[in-house]
Amino acid sequence: MIAGVISRISGPVVLSDQMRGSKMYDVVKVGAEELNGEIIRLDGDLAVVQVYEDTSGLKVGEKVVNTDTPLSVELGPGLLSSIYDGIQRPLPVLVKRSGSFISRGISVSGIDKEKKWDFVASAKKGDRVSGGDIVGTVKEYNIEHRIMVPPPISGTIREIRSGAFTVEDPICILDDGTPITMLQKWPVRRGRPYKKKQDPRSLLVTGQRIFDTMFPVAKGGTAMIPGGFGTGKTVAEQTLAKWSDTQIVVYIGCGERGNEMTDVLTEFPELVDPRTKMPLIQRTILIANTSNMPVAAREASIYTGITMAEYYRDMGYDVALMADSTSRWGEALREVSGRLEEMPGEEGYPAYLATRLAAFYERAGRVVCLGSDERLGSITIVGAVSPPGGDFSEPITQNTLRIAGTFWALDTSLAYRRHFPSVNWIKSYSLYLDSIQDWFVQNGFDEWKEMRDVTMYLLQKEVELQEIVQLVGPDALPESEKAILEVTRMIREDFLQQSAYHEIDSFCPLEKQYCMLKVILNFYNRTSEAMNRGVALNKILKLPLKQEIGRMKELADVSKIKDLIGEIDKNIAALEVER
Amino acid sequence: MKPVSLLTKECKTVNYVSGPLIFVQSVKGVSYGEIARITLPNGDVRTGQVLDISRDLAVIQVFEGTSGIDNKETRVQFTGKPPTIDVSIDLLGRILNGVGKPRDGGPDIIPETSLDINGMPINPYARDKPADFIQTGMSTIDALTTLVRGQKLPIFSGAGLPANKLAAQIARQAKVLGEGEKFAVVFVAMGITYKEASFFMDDFERTGALERVVFFMNLADDPTIERLATPRCALTVAEYLAFTHNLHVLVILTDMINYCEALREISTAREEVPGRRGYPGYMYTDLASLYERAGRIKGKKGSITQIPILTMPDDDITHPVPDLTGYITEGQIVLSRDLYRRGANPPIDVLPCLSRLMNLGIGAGKTREDHRNVADQLYASYAYGRDLRRLVAIVGEEALTELDKKYLKFADEFEKKFITQGDENRSLERTLEIGWDLMSMLPEEELKRIKREYIQKYHPAYRKG
Repeated sequence: MIAGVISRISGPVVLSDQMRGSKMYDVVKVGAEELNGEIIRLDGDLAVVQVYEDTSGLKVGEKVVNTDTPLSVELGPGLLSSIYDGIQRPLPVLVKRSGSFISRGISVSGIDKEKKWDFVASAKKGDRVSGGDIVGTVKEYNIEHRIMVPPPISGTIREIRSGAFTVEDPICILDDGTPITMLQKWPVRRGRPYKKKQDPRSLLVTGQRIFDTMFPVAKGGTAMIPGGFGTGKTVAEQTLAKWSDTQIVVYIGCGERGNEMTDVLTEFPELVDPRTKMPLIQRTILIANTSNMPVAAREASIYTGITMAEYYRDMGYDVALMADSTSRWGEALREVSGRLEEMPGEEGYPAYLATRLAAFYERAGRVVCLGSDERLGSITIVGAVSPPGGDFSEPITQNTLRIAGTFWALDTSLAYRRHFPSVNWIKSYSLYLDSIQDWFVQNGFDEWKEMRDVTMYLLQKEVELQEIVQLVGPDALPESEKAILEVTRMIREDFLQQSAYHEIDSFCPLEKQYCMLKVILNFYNRTSEAMNRGVALNKILKLPLKQEIGRMKELADVSKIKDLIGEIDKNIAALEVER
Repeated sequence: MKPVSLLTKECKTVNYVSGPLIFVQSVKGVSYGEIARITLPNGDVRTGQVLDISRDLAVIQVFEGTSGIDNKETRVQFTGKPPTIDVSIDLLGRILNGVGKPRDGGPDIIPETSLDINGMPINPYARDKPADFIQTGMSTIDALTTLVRGQKLPIFSGAGLPANKLAAQIARQAKVLGEGEKFAVVFVAMGITYKEASFFMDDFERTGALERVVFFMNLADDPTIERLATPRCALTVAEYLAFTHNLHVLVILTDMINYCEALREISTAREEVPGRRGYPGYMYTDLASLYERAGRIKGKKGSITQIPILTMPDDDITHPVPDLTGYITEGQIVLSRDLYRRGANPPIDVLPCLSRLMNLGIGAGKTREDHRNVADQLYASYAYGRDLRRLVAIVGEEALTELDKKYLKFADEFEKKFITQGDENRSLERTLEIGWDLMSMLPEEELKRIKREYIQKYHPAYRKG
């Protein structure tokens, strides 16, 4: 065991002497209080340590002990519905230990070691197993928690038993005597292995019209949501965490508000997953490192979260990971880098910012998992970005743009107009349009691509027309273009706007989205035809159709929306041409 | 005279003095963040805090400034203690300096206990959801940017705008519906002028609020670096009042920009890599360590609600200080120079205003069932009316449709009747009533954001009939 002494303290960064032989990213215990820290640089006998807790009160000369293990998380049954800090300490346990405020130097394990789980073996004696093979299952709420052989291990099963066990009890013993427990440890900075990556081909259904229909993200893809304050990043992230059609959700509150986490904690147990009818909290893992908690642990929280996501992916599940906000993570990197007196890159961020961001986002993906059954799992990452001053030219936004597959640009001016979600439809894009087109067709949404293209065309046209209106006033436009403005207003207000708080509108099934857009585009087509016949636009607008379309959102019954198509046909066709 | 502990270490090895920092050599056993007492050659005693220590060098920031410190005679004594403040319920009604010592000539505080001013982060799991509507008596805030207990809601002001008047009015009028209990106020002045501070004092005195106010005063001519400790001291007192004495505490911090300037000064003196506009890269974390001390805790009766005030340099909301503040706080109230010139009082520009916790505090059983709908509708209609103003500037009012003219009128009336209220303390009922009266200027089918049943219940047209 390597033990050194503190030679310098500067904020979260501590320098320790006599540490030769330590490895990068080893976890160390710092000082008499045994604060958790991690080695981030080695220089001769000197080790630079970032400390995950407040360093006030530490003295030069206190000891630093190397635990000789990298920063790891414990993986096993019991993760779901937990809330952890950045280094996997369960917050409810911290409350028991130190009260309402978090004090220092508390070591607790991430998973309850006492609780017994009902293990049902699926492998049998004599089976040859290797890393990733499933030996049995445990019921964790509604999820079948698959117990896998930890990756480097392989062998023939000598003994396996079903029954009630704690996570540390051996449930299976291999020929060479190696015990397998339900608990695995994995270093957070190393991605868990898989067989191979595949292209994402199916849609992550979020129940949000602007996302699913307009700028979809694929399961196993990546998306970023940048936006200034007040544009609704957190609401968007939380909405996605609520309604995404994945079996597991990992939500990382990284350097954000404490009250937001409270919000999630009180809301998720009450909300019900529209697909499984189970409380949302039962499929969710929360990681909360709020902005006033130590900065180095904020840096670790992202890795803690993604490693847990990978663990469930390896079982063959679809996992969605929400990181709110990656900017705070980048800032933590910057702060530590500054203390290390590294040469700064752009805006003081370290030069390796882009590499770190890319490495994180690349841990998303749809993969063939380890194990003999060729099961597929995926991780979709949605990262919020908080650009200073809402200026997208800053380093974190720009570096993330190069990696993320879907770009949801939140717009302050839309937010000021209370257009929510305030996703700017002109700036946003999705790189998954082509790869998931087949998925839409297979699921019966044949015309999705064409409808989306028409919608985008109209919205783009609106921008041009608005410029003219700003210059010469709306009266100068020909009737056909006025019609476009009416329709795009409908698209914006009655389709793109969606209330995250409305009991029905907050989750809009894909079929409803499809019908709603169809209704609006049908209105446009019939209007154009009627105007070609010579019907005045005013006359069409006086029909009660506009109001009906405006109330579509609030309808739960899709067939009523479908009926609107026929109603539009009938009503507009009945209009007579004025002579 | 306090007994001198045998363990205190004193040295005369100040080596380097720069700006607010002194570097002391050959020190032993000093802990990070501890308080040092610095005795000047002329006998003055100052306080400093350890910012960085290595083998034999300690960097100390001196709260009262470094003038008069030499590198020969000056003695530095390390106390081994973190910065603390003596707290007591008797602080209510007192005026203290930036580090919590009485400056009103009154008796010394008899401490109930002494607390570390840095506090500790609230465990997110121990937090309780803010849920109680605070009636501030200001229409724009109550109806559109609702403040709830445990929230942090800053006021973004510009030089010369009446943010202080607004803050004083809120402090005076704030109450929770159905509870007689008044808020205790912790008022934190950082680098503001004597005139501004006395405005608040006079106002509190005039309205009889003074005995439930704790004043922290670091005025413009007080030491800059002391400002770094002032809000921490004040929030420690607030936490003590809220979570030990079960009071509901309203903390007003003004002016955050001065605090950030002090932060920048220290950062520059330490030769750190500067972030945007020279502010340190850790300013977000630093501000968060203040703002996040607002909130409620499960099982405790008290609460801390924060209203930080900051002056946006050149009215620029993207300046790092308002920007980072906006990212941490739960919304913002923005004052507008335009509205001020047009005579709105208070000149709250509702468009960029936001309260993230609003939905938790309003609705049936809390305020009124139609509150959310009314807020959305007023906001949307006013925003549309404001948009039209720009159009009118280009094409003239004649080019507008009849409907658009109504919207234009609505926006004008909204500013005159709803936003403007002067010293009036409006109940929520009154505020919503004004809102409905204004909305009745528009055709009923334009009120898209309001449920039909509420229209039939509250719309003036139906009320009369």
